[in-house]
Formats: sequence, C-alpha cells, structure tokens
Amino acid sequence: MSLHALTIHELRDKLRRGDVSAREATQAVLDRIAAVDDKLKAYLWLNPDDALAQAEAVDRAGIAKNGKLLGGIPVAIKDVINVDGQPCTCASKILKGYISVYDAFVIKRLREAGAVLLGRTNMDEFAMGSSTENSSWGVTRNPWDFDRIPGGSSGGSAAAVASDEAIAALGSDTGGSIRQPAAVCGCVGLKPTYGRVSRYGLVAFASSLDQIGPLTKTAADSALMLGVLAGHDASDSTSVPQPVPDYTAALGQGIKGLRVGLPKEYFIEGMDREIDAAVRAAVKKLAELGAEVVEISLPHTQYAVAVYYLIATAEASANLARFDGVRYGLRIPGKDPIEMYGKTRGAGFGPEVKRRIILGTYALSAGYYDAYYLRAQKVRTLIRRDFEQAFTKCDAIVTPTSPTAAFKVGEKTDDPLQMYLSDIFTISVNLAGNCGVSVPCGFTTKPKLPIGLQILGKAFGEETILRVAHAYEQATGWHKDKPNL
Amino acid sequence: MPEMDVSYVAYLARLELSATEKQKISAQLKDILSYVAKLNELDVSKVEPTAHATPLTNVLRKDEVRPSVERGRILKNAPDNARDLFIVPKIVE
Repeated sequence: MSLHALTIHELRDKLRRGDVSAREATQAVLDRIAAVDDKLKAYLWLNPDDALAQAEAVDRAGIAKNGKLLGGIPVAIKDVINVDGQPCTCASKILKGYISVYDAFVIKRLREAGAVLLGRTNMDEFAMGSSTENSSWGVTRNPWDFDRIPGGSSGGSAAAVASDEAIAALGSDTGGSIRQPAAVCGCVGLKPTYGRVSRYGLVAFASSLDQIGPLTKTAADSALMLGVLAGHDASDSTSVPQPVPDYTAALGQGIKGLRVGLPKEYFIEGMDREIDAAVRAAVKKLAELGAEVVEISLPHTQYAVAVYYLIATAEASANLARFDGVRYGLRIPGKDPIEMYGKTRGAGFGPEVKRRIILGTYALSAGYYDAYYLRAQKVRTLIRRDFEQAFTKCDAIVTPTSPTAAFKVGEKTDDPLQMYLSDIFTISVNLAGNCGVSVPCGFTTKPKLPIGLQILGKAFGEETILRVAHAYEQATGWHKDKPNL
Repeated sequence: MPEMDVSYVAYLARLELSATEKQKISAQLKDILSYVAKLNELDVSKVEPTAHATPLTNVLRKDEVRPSVERGRILKNAPDNARDLFIVPKIVE
C-alpha cells in the first residue's frame, strides 16, 4: 500500500522498523496532496520545504531510538489553531496575512511527540458552519462526490484524512464540527470532554463549548492522538487536572456486558431511511459483540438547537469583539475608532459570522438577556441532567452523527435555520460537556456516501467510547473503503 | 415577539452593515427567533443556569513574571504601529 494511505499505527511500525524515513513518508503525503488537492481544496496553506525540514529533523533524532508516539507522522492542522510562524486566518478575510506568534498547547504536544506539521486546512469562517461553505477562501469538496460538501466546520481536516492527504488531522468541535465532517467524509472524529484538551492557542468561537480533537482513519489512531493531546495546562483555566489514562490499552478489552443506550428522541420521523437502517444495523452488531442494548430517553433533545444557537452566538459576539482592526488583521480606516471598528468588521467578516454576531449581541442586550440568554442557560441545565440520568442506565449512548449524508454544495446556504438543524444530533454533547466520537458505519447507495455512527460517553469517558468504536470497526471494516479520487 | 432593530444591534456590535445586509439578516433572524421561542414551552423558574460544563471553580495561579512573546513579533501583525505602540485614529479631541 502507498505510504499516504497508511494509518498512524501502520506508518509508525514502518518508521520504527526503519523501512521508511520520516522524510519519505512526508514526501509521499505531499505528493498525494499535489495529486488530488486541486479537486478537493482541503488545504489553505502548505509549506512543503518546512514540512520536509521537520521530517529530516525527526530522522536525524532517530525515530526507532526515541520511541516518540508520533515520530515522523504527517498531521494537518485546522486553520483555527495557532502554529508559531504559520498563518492562522480562521478562513476569514479579517485575519488575512496574520502569522501566529506562538504554538497552541496541542501543537507543542504534537511537536514533542515528533509529528510533522503539514499545513493549514480549510474550515467555515471562525468555525461557524456545517459545510465549510462559509470559508472566505473557497469551498472544500467531499472526497466521495465533488458536488457535495465535506461537512463542517472542520471540513478541510476531514476531507484531508478521508482522501489520504494527511495521516491524521486536528479539528475543533463547538457543536459537532469534528464529528459531523468525519461522518460525511468517512473518517473517525473525536470530541473530547470539555476540559480534557487545552484550548490555549485555539481561536475562541464559543468558549464554554469549544474543544480540540483528532480526525483519524481508525479508532485506534484516535486513541493514540488523544493520549498525545490530553492533559492539564495551566494556560487554560478550564483545563481539568484529571489523570490521562492509556487510551490505547483500553481498546483491547472488548465490549461484552457494556450497556449501550439508544435515545428514542434520536430516531425520529423524517430521518433519512438509509441512515436509520445503517445505525440500527450497527446497534445490532454491537449487541452481537456482547453489548447490552437499552432504550433511554433524553427528553430535552428537541430544545438543544435553540439553546445552542443562543449560547454559542452570545459567546461568539463577545469573543469576536477582539477583531477590531487595532492589533492584527484587516483595518479599514475611519475618522474615529468607532467608525474604524464598524468598517473593519463590516468588510472583514462574512455573512454567517455577521448573522451570528447580531443574534448573539441581541440575546445579550438589555431587555432581552433574561428572555433569551439566561433562559437558554437554564435549559442547558436540563440537557445536562438528561445525560446524567441516561448514564445511570448505560455506559455509552449510540446515535446517528448526522440526520443526512453529505448534502450538495449550495443546497442549504440560503436557509441558515435548515443548516443549523443539520447539527441536531451533535450539539447536545457540547452543551452537556461530555465526549463523543463518530465512526464510519456504512454508505448510502445512490450516490455512495459515508454514514457516521455517533457514540457518546460520560464526562472523561473517552476510554469507553473509543473501546466501542474500536470493537465496532474491527468487526465491520467500513473504514477500509476509500473514495476513488 | 418584538421586532429586532438590526441597525441598533449592529451599532452595539460595532458592525457596519449595508442596507441589503440589514434586510436579509432581519428576515433570517425573524425565522431563527421564532424557532428559539420554543424554549418558552418549558418552565425553568426553579432551574439554575449552566454557564459552563467544567467541574472547576476559582482556578488560581501564582502571580509571577513569565516570559512572553517578543514585542516586535506581535507588532508585525498590527495594521499600523510606531515606537512599539499600536497606532489608532485620534480618540480625544
């Protein structure tokens, strides 16, 4: 098999045995990018010389000798995470030309583990969107059908991993932005528990919901990546000082006797028939593997989208206040600072970001705060309690990741509410703060498009959901099916 | 539900919008606000709000001097700077 098509584990074995060098592996992935990225546009920025120099440094240090977890593994980074000396635009015109001046915590971790940082992947502007169509720099295409979206907001990272343009990638997930693109592109996407991975160096969208996580080709790779990324960081006051378990060791335990909950609210009228069938077949498979399937209820599910779009936009309106033309990025001159801020932000932000800033500012404004923002925070409590209740009856919850497979480019751009509703299965977890992973669980027939199975866990329950994901993957092998590029 | 005054909210957000943008956002937000009104179905009078999902409170650290990013590198990203300062339009008459 070509080097670019390997998983982290497969490539790592070859590197450690000395069958290939980090330089050869990196060159193979760069060649793959050169061959297919014109069609996909997963990358916004790439510096092959820099990537090869990093790989050579890893080779010089000796991969086999030092046994680093990601020694020589080429990884792509979503354009919302700071890498010292590289551009970081959040796919926004307002940050055009911005060069990061420090490494995010997760980037420090990747470097320490010996990873080769390939380049920057496309996304919805400031991570706001479900299709990557809100990028200021153009649309990324789904590797299975170029007329379709790769999901979002981490669409570039998902498309890159699914098309072997990276061995793994980092994304960020505020309402499903890792899991949904992973589902529609056909790879594994993990949103860790809030506080598990430091957000230091992640450009903030909604600070109480954002988490960084890996997009990988297998569940075992996801476990390996999480082990590198997770851990306490004093630079993020929401980082939780909880010991990091050996996620890889947990995988081999199987799922016999594990209680898997099926929330009845997630299997709704009007869901795509093939998705419903694929997820039900996956549940049957889990039962065959020894899991005990129990019906559960998450009664406030129907309110999650409304809660999310008030809380996320309110937090975003505050976080994005820093883009004002003073310290970085675009500036449109004005006669006084107020005029300069207005003109700069009006010219620099795209339509979806503007819409959300207006909604969030409104939800926080005098006279409406109690009716919108405070009420949403209270319903958020009810959604959290739903999960606490449910997890007294089960160890993991299984749902579809997305109600549909990848939709067509342009299909939902004029109807923001319809776009928001496509996140219906992923956002509750961000509100509750626990963890979730999406793994491939089949394909639609015409056209052939990936379907994702979402496995949700308790807070700091990543070992359990990765165990379920791994057991399912080993028993089915959907992840081996690759798009024809 | 009261009509949202988009011009006023845009001013609060320091966000200049064209007349067309205001019209479009106004119509779209009307849809979104009538959708989120479904939260009014619930009685939340006895529910505490959740601001964030972490179990942590009062995270403190020592107030110590630590190395920071070199000033020159930060200023390189600024639209306008001089003498180690960000330059902005005149604020006080």
